[in-house]
Amino acid sequence: MAVDPSLAGRTFPPTPPYPVSDERLREFARATGSTYDGESAPATFPIVVAFQAMTGLMQDPAVGIALHRVVHGDQRFTYTRPVRPGDVLTATLTVDSLRQIGGADIIGTRSEIADADGAPVCTAFATLVHKGEDA
Amino acid sequence: MSLSAGDVLPEQTYTVTRADLVRYAGASGDFNPIHWSDRVATSVGLPGVIAHGMYTLALAARALDTWAGGPGRVVELGCKFTKPVVVPDDDTGVDVVVRGTVKEVTDAGAQVALEVTCGDQKVLGMPRAVLRA
Repeated sequence: MAVDPSLAGRTFPPTPPYPVSDERLREFARATGSTYDGESAPATFPIVVAFQAMTGLMQDPAVGIALHRVVHGDQRFTYTRPVRPGDVLTATLTVDSLRQIGGADIIGTRSEIADADGAPVCTAFATLVHKGEDA
Repeated sequence: MSLSAGDVLPEQTYTVTRADLVRYAGASGDFNPIHWSDRVATSVGLPGVIAHGMYTLALAARALDTWAGGPGRVVELGCKFTKPVVVPDDDTGVDVVVRGTVKEVTDAGAQVALEVTCGDQKVLGMPRAVLRA
């Protein structure tokens, strides 16, 4: 089943506030072998919050996505500043584009990640490939 | 570290084991079983457990931090996920190699074209980054 065609252009509610602790950043840096200097998060850390936003989209029953058919096609981040310990982040996901190719839905998403003051921190762009039953 | 157009950055090799994937699943919150269960991975047509694409991109970011002289200097980072990194269930793991070339240096920063390979295969498509000048 294809996803709801009216999905394109829709913005979903922000994710619950995510407090970024020093220990969370140490854990993420350890897991990726990265250096953590106590100030700047590893560059891909915002995926943790963006992933929550994407999960919200994929689990919304009105959208019609079957989770096990989703492949992460691409990912891009643009940073206003690095994530820092003490940040409280939210991600607000918008479906920028929706195309169908060969029975698959190609869903272009943009998650705006902001701090507690609403100031932008990072934008995470992800393409989700949702394979249809016959794909 | 001062980067100039044409610089070929020192190649970085990272070994990935199953234990790394478990640790990354916990740290990232991505518990998709294709990253820890051979049974599930093979049931969806994969040769076995594969690394999270975002784990491989995190290794590219790790190389960028090394080249930039520290964390917090990446202003743009992206790739396509093209080929899976299959991680064997042994103590040896598999090597992921990250290479980079500085394409251009502008006021926006240094544009770095990356190449991320496992064996003889490129596992990320068009990986690129911008490091703050």
